[in-house]
Amino acid sequence: MTQDAHRAKRNKFLLGLLPLLIFSGLIGAMGYQLLFGKDPSLIPSALIGDPVPRVELEALKQDKPGFGPQDFGPTPGNDQPILVNVFASWCVPCRAEHPIITALAEEQNIPVYGLNSKDTREAALDWLDELGDPYTRIGYDPTGRAGIEWGVYGYPETFLINPQGQVVYKYVGPISPRILNEEFLPRIEALRAQ
Amino acid sequence: MIAELGHYALTLALGVALVQAILPMVGATRGDARWMAVAVPTALVQFALLMFAFLALMHAYVTSDFSVLNVVANSHSLKPMLYKISGVWGNHEGSLLLWVAVMALFGALVAIFGRNLPPGLKARTLSIQATITVGFLLFMVLTSNPFERVFPAPLEGRDLNPLLQDPGLAFHPPMLYIGYVGLSIVFSFACAALIEGKVDAAWARWVRPWTLLAWSFLTGGIALGSWWAYYELGWGGFWFWDPVENASFMPWLVATAMLHSAIVVEKRDTLKSWTILLAIIGFSLSLIGTFLVRSGVLTSVHAFASDPERGVFILMLLAVSIGGSFALYAWRAPSLSGGGLFRPISREGALVLNNLLLTTAAATVLLGTLYPLFLELLTNDKISVGPPFFNATFVPIMIPLFVALGVGPFLPWKRADLTPVLRLLITAFVFAVAVTVLAGIVIWGQQAYALLGIAVSAWLVGSVVTEIYRKIRPTRSIGFGQAFGRLLNLPRAAWGMSAAHFGIAIVVAGATGASLLTTERIEAVRIGETVEVAQFDFTLTSVTQVPGPNYMATRGEFTITPRDSGTDQSYILEAENRQFLSNGQVTTEAAIRSFSWYDLYAVLGEPAGQGRYTVRLYFKPLVPWMWAGTIFMVIGGFLSLSDRRLRVGAPKRSAAAPNATPPNAPSPSAHPAE
Repeated sequence: MTQDAHRAKRNKFLLGLLPLLIFSGLIGAMGYQLLFGKDPSLIPSALIGDPVPRVELEALKQDKPGFGPQDFGPTPGNDQPILVNVFASWCVPCRAEHPIITALAEEQNIPVYGLNSKDTREAALDWLDELGDPYTRIGYDPTGRAGIEWGVYGYPETFLINPQGQVVYKYVGPISPRILNEEFLPRIEALRAQ
Repeated sequence: MIAELGHYALTLALGVALVQAILPMVGATRGDARWMAVAVPTALVQFALLMFAFLALMHAYVTSDFSVLNVVANSHSLKPMLYKISGVWGNHEGSLLLWVAVMALFGALVAIFGRNLPPGLKARTLSIQATITVGFLLFMVLTSNPFERVFPAPLEGRDLNPLLQDPGLAFHPPMLYIGYVGLSIVFSFACAALIEGKVDAAWARWVRPWTLLAWSFLTGGIALGSWWAYYELGWGGFWFWDPVENASFMPWLVATAMLHSAIVVEKRDTLKSWTILLAIIGFSLSLIGTFLVRSGVLTSVHAFASDPERGVFILMLLAVSIGGSFALYAWRAPSLSGGGLFRPISREGALVLNNLLLTTAAATVLLGTLYPLFLELLTNDKISVGPPFFNATFVPIMIPLFVALGVGPFLPWKRADLTPVLRLLITAFVFAVAVTVLAGIVIWGQQAYALLGIAVSAWLVGSVVTEIYRKIRPTRSIGFGQAFGRLLNLPRAAWGMSAAHFGIAIVVAGATGASLLTTERIEAVRIGETVEVAQFDFTLTSVTQVPGPNYMATRGEFTITPRDSGTDQSYILEAENRQFLSNGQVTTEAAIRSFSWYDLYAVLGEPAGQGRYTVRLYFKPLVPWMWAGTIFMVIGGFLSLSDRRLRVGAPKRSAAAPNATPPNAPSPSAHPAE
C-alpha cells in the first residue's frame, strides 16, 4: 500500500517534469539552429556540383546562337568560367541588374549566356534593343520548360559554371554591386586561378 | 533632447523593475508587509517611465526627427501621420518598447485593481512580472536601443515597408501585443501561486478576468492581421499558416483552453495543476513566437531584420523564464491536490474534452511550425510545411471540438445524462440538417467538404439559440412574457459565452466559404474586356495613373454586373497598384465590395503586354461573416469581462473559504447561468 502511494507520488513527479524536458529539447534545437544552422532564406540549388542540365535551347536572335550542354565544359579554346543569366522582358529586377551583367561581360571578359524564359520573342528583342545585348549566346525558352530543368526559382537568376561544365554557384534575385563584389568576382577569380 | 530623456526613462525603468522584482519577493518570503508593499508604487512608476519612453519615441516619429536612427530607418517625412505613428511599432526596437510598455501596463493594472488580492500573492505576482520585464529591458538597453542617434542626421528617412502602411496593420500590432503580452500577467499569477503552493477557486476568479482581457485582444489582433492579409496581400487568402501567424495562434488556442479550464477550478476546485500548466504554456508560446520572429531561425514574411546576437539573448531569456517556471511546476505541481470528482459525461468532462482538443491543436500547429527546423537539424534536408499539412491535421481536430461545443453547455456539473440533453438539441440538429441540405442544393457540384463546415456552423448556431432559450424558459410553465423578462436579466457572462460561441459558428461558415467555395479567375484582359466570375461579369473599364501622398498608383476600375438578375444595377470596384517613391516597392490594394452573403474581390496585376493587364477576380461567399464572427467573439469576451461577478466579484480569500469546500459539495457560487 505504502509502496503504491510512493509509486503514485513518483509518477506524479515525473509527469510534472515532462513539460520541462520537452521544453529543454525545444530550446536545445532552437539554440543549435540559431548558432550553427544555415540561413533559412538561402535557397539551395540541387544542381551545385552537377553538370549543366541536358537541354537544348533554340536561338532567340537570328544572328546569335542558342546553347545546349555541349556549349559548356572543356572544349578546345574554352577554359573560361561561364555565367548563365535567366531573364525576361516582363521582369523588372532583370532590368535593374542589366547594367551589371553588361559590365561583367565587358570588364571581366566572361561569356554570359542569356536564358530568356517565359517571354515572347518580340518583347525580348525589343527589350534587348532598348537596354543593350551583352550576351554571348541567348537561348529562347517561351514555355519555361528549360527553366524548370535549370531549377529556376525566380527571375532573375544567375548561375556560375566552371570550365568543366559544372554548376558552381547560383544566385536568386538581381545582382547588386555588393553581390557582384562579394559573391561573383571572388568565385570567378578562384576558378580562373585553378 | 526628448530622445535622450526617453533613453534615460528606459534605463531608469530597468532599475525600478529590478527593485520591483527583488524586494516584494523577499518580503513575501519573510512575511514583511512593508517590503511587499513596495510592489505597488514600483509597478506604477515603472509603467509611467516606460510610457514616457514610448511617447518620446512617438514624438521623434511624429516630428520626423531624422537624428534618431530608428526614425531614419523606418519613417519618411512624406508619410501620412497615421503611419508615422504606427511606424513606432513597425520595427524591432520600437515593438520591443511597446512590448515592455504593455507588460508594465498589466503590472500597473494589477497594482491598481488588485486591492482584493492577498498581499503575498499580489507581491509575488508583481515581482515575477517585473522579473520578465527586467529581462526584456536588459535586452533593449544592451542590444536594441530605439533612441540611438545618428550623426550627421540624414535629410530624409528610408521609409516604413509600404506593406505595413495600412490602417488595418496600424492597429494590429498594439492589439496583438496587448493580447500576447497580457498573457504574461496570467503567467505571473500562475508562478506566484506555485510558489505559494496554493491554487483554489479564489485564485481562478482572480486570474480569469486577466485571461479574458488578454484573450479578447488577442482574438481582435489576430483577426485584424488576417483581415489585412486578405485585402492587402492580394492573394485572396486570409490565413497562410506562416510561422509568425502560427506564433500568435498557438497562444490563442492555449488561452482559449485556459479560459475554460479556469471555470472548472473556480466552480469545482479541480484541474488546478492543468490550469497552471496552461497559464505557463500560454505565455511561453508568446515568448517562443517572439524568438521565432526576431531570430531569423525560420523564414517568414513577417520576420524582423534578424540578428543572431539578438536571437541568442532572447533564447537565454526563454531558457531562464520558461525553464524556470517549468522547473517550479515540476517541483510544486505534484503537491496541488485535486478537488471535486466528476464523471466523464458532465460539464467538467466536456471542458476537459475542450481542453484536450484545443491543446492537441496547439501542439499540432507547434509541430508543423518547428518541423522544418527539426528536420534540418536531423537530416540536413530543407523543407517547408505549408497549408496542406495544417488543413489535414488541424481541421480534423476542430470538427469534433465544434460538434462537442454544441452539447457541452447543456451538461450539468459532476454527472450528466446525455439522453435528455440530446433531446433538447433535436431542434438544433434538425436546423443543421435543413441548412446543410439547402446549402447542398445551392452549391451543388462544388466542394462537398464545404457542406461539413456549413453543417457544423449551423449546428452551433442552433445550439447557442437553444441554450439561451432553455435558460429563459426552462419549463413550459414560464410564459413568453416572463421568458422575455428573464432574457433581459441574463447575467452578462452568459451573454458573453453565447456571443463568443455564436461568433465561432459564424467564423467557421466564413472560413468554409473563403477556403472551399471561392471562385477565382486569373486572366490577362484589355480595357473593356469582360470576365465571368460565378454569377457576375467583371469588366475592366479603365486604368489610370493617380498620385498618392508618398506613392504613385495605377488604378484599375472594374464594373461588375450580376448576370441573369434582370436589373441594371452595377458596382464599381477600384483596385490599385501602388509604387512607393522612397524605395520603389510595389503594393497591391485589392478592391473589395462586401455584401451580406459574399465579397466581390478584384486585384489589378502587372501589365501583360499589348495593352493587357493581369487581373485576379474572385467571388468569395460568406467571407464577411468571418470578420463579423470575430467581432462577436471579442464582444463576447468583453461582455463576460464586464460581468459584475467577474469584475469586483473577486472575493477575499477568506470569504471564498479556501480548501474548506468539501470535494463533492456543490460549489458555493453555483449560479443558474453556468
